[in-house]
Amino acid sequence: MKAISSSHTALMESESPFSTWVDRNKEKWTKWALITAVIVYVAFLILAPIAALTFGAFKKGFGAILTSLNKPEIFLAFWNTLWISLVVVTIHTIFGTIVAWVFVRHRFPGRNLINGLIDMPFAVSPVVAGYMLLLLFGRNGLFAPLIDALGIQVAFALPGMVLATLFVTMPFMIRELIPVLEAFDTRQEKAAATLGANGWQTFWKVTFPALRWGMIYGITLTFARALGEFGAVLVIGGGVQGKTETATLFIYRALEERQYIGAYSAALVLGLFSLILVLGSDWLRRKEH
Amino acid sequence: MILKMNSQTTIPLTIKKPSTPLAWGRLGIRSIAFTYLTIMLIIPLLVIVQDGFRDGLAEFWRQITLPVAWSALKLTLWTSATMMVINTIMGTLTAFVLVRYNFLGKTILNGIIDLPLAIPTLVTGVMLVILFGPQEALGAWLKKQFDFSVMFAPPGIILALLFLTFPFVVRSVQPVLMELDRSQERAAATLGAGGWTIFRRIIFPPLALPVLTGALLSFARAIGEFGSIVIVAGNIPFRSQTAAVYVLGEVESENRLGASAISIVMVAIAFGLLMFADYLRKRSKNSQKEIA
Repeated sequence: MKAISSSHTALMESESPFSTWVDRNKEKWTKWALITAVIVYVAFLILAPIAALTFGAFKKGFGAILTSLNKPEIFLAFWNTLWISLVVVTIHTIFGTIVAWVFVRHRFPGRNLINGLIDMPFAVSPVVAGYMLLLLFGRNGLFAPLIDALGIQVAFALPGMVLATLFVTMPFMIRELIPVLEAFDTRQEKAAATLGANGWQTFWKVTFPALRWGMIYGITLTFARALGEFGAVLVIGGGVQGKTETATLFIYRALEERQYIGAYSAALVLGLFSLILVLGSDWLRRKEH
Repeated sequence: MILKMNSQTTIPLTIKKPSTPLAWGRLGIRSIAFTYLTIMLIIPLLVIVQDGFRDGLAEFWRQITLPVAWSALKLTLWTSATMMVINTIMGTLTAFVLVRYNFLGKTILNGIIDLPLAIPTLVTGVMLVILFGPQEALGAWLKKQFDFSVMFAPPGIILALLFLTFPFVVRSVQPVLMELDRSQERAAATLGAGGWTIFRRIIFPPLALPVLTGALLSFARAIGEFGSIVIVAGNIPFRSQTAAVYVLGEVESENRLGASAISIVMVAIAFGLLMFADYLRKRSKNSQKEIA
């Protein structure tokens, strides 16, 4: 009932005073033809694959999902993914804020170039990102002597995978914070400074609360992207089962080994996890405003 | 030499010893930001350029024009271009429907558009395999009835790319369409212009820049895509092997020069597209200011 009346008012608004009955009906037909085209397209392109994954995983029942997931190697893979993502999110929260701050508040030569560079990880292939790190930290890499001297392993180990995920998720935090910082009225900070607050107090009490939602959204996007990272961690980590295997690398191996239920179930869990993360923060933000 | 940017800050370009604690703080925070960007972005990007040109320009060119590499690059470019055309049309249409019409389920549709951004691309690949894989119902039927295979073939690549990049054009066009003043359309309708003429002559011109920006971004994103494509298309040289998958193969077989050369081409295309999209975005912002 409500939908009918609202579509009716929309029609009334868009009609010109001189339109005839024929024109009005033509407009109506166009409207519904376009809406149907979009809904069919979205249903085919986005909803059908999501439904297929859900049905594919549940094909042999809920019990089969649980038994296929209840393996120590899968727990380890998910655990690797989770803690790599947590480390990455922490580092980007700190340094992303600093970079966004300097970008908005400071003026320096080459600012436009840096603006373009920040988006690069978004367009650079994850495989290439992993390969860059391999060139730096691999056996004959540029930093190999330094790494050997320090006695840590970066390539084919978790530190390298953290670095790869850092590269791939770089733009999210910075891109979320830059517009918020640009919109922020600096007079509030000046007022705080006049009232005797030092730089750190001003940031913590005045600027930070204004940045909070941008940060939460940046963290969610970074987290979701880190959970799903595949190409870069495959190249730098090698996907050694029981060592450098993450959730995505497990799914890939399970598919190749034709353990379909295991692959589909893990994919469903991973997809659901990042979906809940992104939709949840979206919901929180909408509730706030 | 003094670089004057605005009335509040004047930054001396020659390095001067900062005297106040505030200036020290500024310098400190700026060096942290620059060091972070240098280590995380600039050094990795430079190392690949250095590595690819290690044996000179001729060898670089030879690696790119190897038949397998060349066909992988061509496949990547044409599937991405096809995706871009479809995405431009359907993305603009979706944005139009979302802004101009009211219908049941509009909020849900608006929410669904962002789903591809939240789903890991590898998972996208798995989804498409379940739907179109040769041993699955729909895939087998398409193969039997029309001899049409989606998996391990270009249609699968295009489908995966369409899924991933769907939000780009929609989200780029939507805000501009919302701001559009509708009095011109009404005037045109009063003067007897039909719906299509109004769209082409009045609605589309201000949308052209955001549409192009969104399309270019989706293209830049598509060129490097790996996770979904390696599942959907596999690794068949000359048939379904894209540039990213080719690079992985060369890394694994330790052909460093080949991997670096193709990587440089991909990075260069991505960088060019991003800079161009950035320039377009600034131009469309300026033209909006002029109208306002």
